Amino acid sequence: MSQFSLYAVISMLIFSIGLYGFIAHAHLVRKILAVNIMGSAIFLLLISAARRDPTAPPDPVPHAMVLTGIVVSVSFTAFALALTRRIYAETGQAYLPETEPAISAQKQDIVQK
Amino acid sequence: MRGRANITQLWTRVILVVCSVVFGLGLVWTALALPQEATGLARVVKPRMPESGVTNPVTAVLLNFRGYDTLLEIGVLLLAIIAVWSLRLAPTRTALERFMAETPVLAYLVRLLVPVMLLVAGYLTWIGSSRAGGAFQGGAVVAGAGVLLLLAAMVPLPRRRRLLRSLLVMGFGLFLAVAGGMLLLGNNLLEYPPERAYILILAIETLLTVSIGLTLALLFLGVIPEVAAIQQRREDNV
Repeated sequence: MSQFSLYAVISMLIFSIGLYGFIAHAHLVRKILAVNIMGSAIFLLLISAARRDPTAPPDPVPHAMVLTGIVVSVSFTAFALALTRRIYAETGQAYLPETEPAISAQKQDIVQK
Repeated sequence: MRGRANITQLWTRVILVVCSVVFGLGLVWTALALPQEATGLARVVKPRMPESGVTNPVTAVLLNFRGYDTLLEIGVLLLAIIAVWSLRLAPTRTALERFMAETPVLAYLVRLLVPVMLLVAGYLTWIGSSRAGGAFQGGAVVAGAGVLLLLAAMVPLPRRRRLLRSLLVMGFGLFLAVAGGMLLLGNNLLEYPPERAYILILAIETLLTVSIGLTLALLFLGVIPEVAAIQQRREDNV
């Protein structure tokens, strides 16, 4: 198994863990974390794919794509977290309406006020 | 319920795990099916390096060969800060700010670290043309210094809207102006003349470092600075 295969397998497994987390967790911060884990897996794949031939110098194009990707994922994370804060400010919890867990009567009272 | 997955039915979760595993194995199979012989773009980039104006291939790809990607990416960053500001989040005081009043250690550390971080950021941006580094690495370090300053509440929040906004837009603005300016010279969009490429890339990278660093630090703050500043003053007066 070459070095690239090892990284490729690991990154795809990490991606699946992120995907599972994204679907299984209802809390929005956990969802954002899960998407970031998926993104990191892709970066790992791209970085390792840049040097599939260990004797040759690494391919600069995937490296540049990862740099671009990191900035985009930071932008996404910041915006998603800001949206979550806004949702929390509006509803008192960090869940989407469809997935929110049963909230206590007391809390519901606060939200309605 | 909090802090744990909210799908309570066991069977739903079992199905989900099975699906994830199958999907993951499919991805692994796909990744392994990739040809081991790299047919990468390194051999396309390498012969054209002298035209790029820089000697670091990653910087050449980012700011010259694939400059369009980078231009749009800075646009995304700018869009993110506009979107976050448009949400009008309520200003919050960090727990660290209260903590700051009790210990001098953090303030001392921040005073020690921030100048060094800015120096490192400048170096990273400068060295980007020939070695590992560049506007994003430098910008990230500037952002780190900014976040430290914000957390430690060592700087008053900027209240001058115009100045702050022009600093945020500056990097994207110059990049776009240079990209469009090339059209006036009869070149394609983002096609720099090889003899001017170095100075253009360096100028773009320098402004980008400031813009990226500031944008990231303000994304961390989340609140429009002058709104937060007004709020803070009001709280202090109470």
